Amino acid sequence: MNQLASKRYFGFWLYLMTDCLLFAALFATYVVLRGNTADGPRPSEIFNMPFVLVETVILLTSSFICGLMLLAAKANNVRRTKTLLFGVIVLGVLFLGMELSEFTQLVHEGAGWTTSAFLSAFFTLVGTHGAHIFIGLLWAGALLWLLQTRTFNDALLQKTGLFAMFWHFLDVIWIFIFTIVYIMGAA
Amino acid sequence: MIDMMASMWGRLAWDGFPGELVTIGGALAVVFGAAAVGAALFYFKRWKWLWREWLTSLDAKKIGVMYIVVAVIMLLRGVGDALLLRTQQALAVGDAGGVITSDTFQQIFSAHGTIMIFFVAMGIMFGLINLVLPLMLGTRDVAFPFLNSVSFWLFAAGMALVNLSLVYGEFSAAGWLAYPPLSGLEYSPGVGIDYWIWSLQIAGVGSLLSGINFLTTILRQRAKGMSLMKMPIFVWSVITTMILVVFAFPILTATLGMLSLDRLMGMHFFTSDFGGNPMMYVNLIWAWGHPEVYILVLPAFGIFSEVVATFSRKYLFGYKTMVFALFGITFLSFIVWLHHFFTMGAGGNVNAFFGIMTMIIAVPTGVKIFNWIFTMYKGKVKFASPMVWFMGFVFLFTIGGMTGVLMAVPAIDFQVHNSLFLVAHFHNTIITGVLFGFFAGITYWFPKIFGFKLHEQLGRIAAYCWIFGFMLAFFPLYVLGFMGAVRRIDHYDEPSWQIFFIISGVGVLVILLGIGFQLLQLGVSIWQRKKNLDTTGDPWNGRTLEWSVPSPAPSYNFAATPQVSSRDAFWEMKQSGRGIKYVHEAIKVPKNTGAGAVIAGFAFIMAFGLIWHIWWLAFVAFVAVIVCILKRTLSDEDNERELSVKELKQLDAKARKGVRV
Repeated sequence: MNQLASKRYFGFWLYLMTDCLLFAALFATYVVLRGNTADGPRPSEIFNMPFVLVETVILLTSSFICGLMLLAAKANNVRRTKTLLFGVIVLGVLFLGMELSEFTQLVHEGAGWTTSAFLSAFFTLVGTHGAHIFIGLLWAGALLWLLQTRTFNDALLQKTGLFAMFWHFLDVIWIFIFTIVYIMGAA
Repeated sequence: MIDMMASMWGRLAWDGFPGELVTIGGALAVVFGAAAVGAALFYFKRWKWLWREWLTSLDAKKIGVMYIVVAVIMLLRGVGDALLLRTQQALAVGDAGGVITSDTFQQIFSAHGTIMIFFVAMGIMFGLINLVLPLMLGTRDVAFPFLNSVSFWLFAAGMALVNLSLVYGEFSAAGWLAYPPLSGLEYSPGVGIDYWIWSLQIAGVGSLLSGINFLTTILRQRAKGMSLMKMPIFVWSVITTMILVVFAFPILTATLGMLSLDRLMGMHFFTSDFGGNPMMYVNLIWAWGHPEVYILVLPAFGIFSEVVATFSRKYLFGYKTMVFALFGITFLSFIVWLHHFFTMGAGGNVNAFFGIMTMIIAVPTGVKIFNWIFTMYKGKVKFASPMVWFMGFVFLFTIGGMTGVLMAVPAIDFQVHNSLFLVAHFHNTIITGVLFGFFAGITYWFPKIFGFKLHEQLGRIAAYCWIFGFMLAFFPLYVLGFMGAVRRIDHYDEPSWQIFFIISGVGVLVILLGIGFQLLQLGVSIWQRKKNLDTTGDPWNGRTLEWSVPSPAPSYNFAATPQVSSRDAFWEMKQSGRGIKYVHEAIKVPKNTGAGAVIAGFAFIMAFGLIWHIWWLAFVAFVAVIVCILKRTLSDEDNERELSVKELKQLDAKARKGVRV
């Protein structure tokens, strides 16, 4: 690996750590505020667990495909890389769509973010993850466009690798959300 | 129709312009200051030069100079604010009302704190690091030169927002950390808090990116042979500082984000109803805020370590203990935040834990103080002006540190909480620790960047003004604190306090005199630069790699790549002829680009839209930011140009003659 690549990867690891801390602050706030429902609904009353489980499976699958994509890219198989990246995008869009429909339904049920501190923290934590997924999808789209129009080289492999790191990172964060917000909330 | 206009232009209105004498004066100063600079640039036909040579530059040294220029301008504003505050307090006793209204007073102390921490101390810190870090590491530039430019411009955009609030709208009146529920929508419906939030949010993202950048630079781009324990101690101080930045600033981003969601979307994180918890904000903001004070002071410690060793003609005493002390402080600074609010009522055990941790953090700091003194011991100490700053620092900072240990005892803290005693304490550490350190650093490295030394005599006079002015301005506040005077009062009824406020005001004037001498020093130094030219590149008989290149340091830093075999390699080479080996090789330098300025410009517009509720503007500007970033990362353009060995040799020959290359 040349020096620039190692520098970029190293810097990106550091960035991921800072993002992790951003989520840590949101998680801490959520945990402190989740009991403060202010006459609004409690966590166990609003979470639709089967729905969230499907969401989770979709995101985990997309992360798995993303791993396969990086393997394909490392093997210089551009066609397969593109196909798998497209798969990642489809699953990502599906995940984001499901999250938005969950949010919409909650707001319609009168459980919007202005209802209580618990719901403010819920929408912010889960929504921040969703916003990251959205940025990741933009990034994946741009990457797909690059793979389509440019000759595949080390620089492009590096860009693919960085995207894969980002996507896996979002997966890890989601596992924490699934555990701390949904499973512990439904219990 | 009017409704539509209102929704289209958000909260914009004619009464956004200032109406009070003092604020009108401030606004006019900003507008005419900017206009005068702009006009002068037109008159001397320097706009193109400015854009090409400076604003678009990716050279870390130029970015560093720009940081410091911005910070010094903000220092002048911050001191102006301080002068107003003290004038008010010296006059407003009993029936006298003073010169400004309570609301203006609150805005001014909020602006003073915000500006001094975020745009003066942080600015000079990042500036100095940019100036010398790559040179000290024996490398051509920072790890990500473009990101560096983005960081600087985000910092500048935040600065611009703070100053815009003076001209149009208002600034936060809720103190420099804007505690809710006062900073919530219910009690502060105006734009002031929003200006505060977005100027910090934008500048804060810039700081975070700088943290990533400098850490990568140090850990991935050192000269060959420079193992970690061979790095200059200033570089160690930068590592620990950037670890703090990378750990602490995401918390600030998240906290400000939640406060703005409370204000923009009616959420209830920190409101006093619907289950919100204002103390959560206070915890979060100090989980960032306490590391922040060490972010400021650690680089200053690093600078003093270099200065003391150089001017004592000795190796730094206790290099390893210095490194351990830095890491001790870094770790401990994350577990003391609660001492900022012992009075919250977390209970005796919690307070005891944080009190003890706070006392322990004084130990590594004490280790450093002794190491500096032992470095001077039996050295041939030369009392140049950086050493005058150091002597002022070591005496005054120790006092400030001890008052801190005093307040670490929760029982005592309950007595002096929120009093002027506290105000005296933190100015005693930040001014004498951080600012004195930075002034020493600027004096020390000035010839490396500009090719001539600063006027020595004027520098000393300035330092003495600062030292004595500081004592006059802040020692009376300790007394006032014991007498029961709280911070942030614009009026009081106790006549016996007045004399102390007057002494304190005189102290501010002496500090102002010091600043006057610093500006004079700069002017005289430029005027008489032929007298103080640094022709050797090593004006102070220095120890580290930055002194091995000609002054002013060339844009590519090192014509030949250095490889080192010891700590203080340049000193070693001067002593024994060994220490540095040079390898001649072609290097790549980044091409200039204005993209950083453009991205920050759109971020500024986005913030303006969010502050004034002009949603479409904020949205368009946000999309523009994303597009700019995508454009930069997706483009195939070559962003670097190569300098061959032959070119480098020619440039080096010129640089050795003192030509800027």
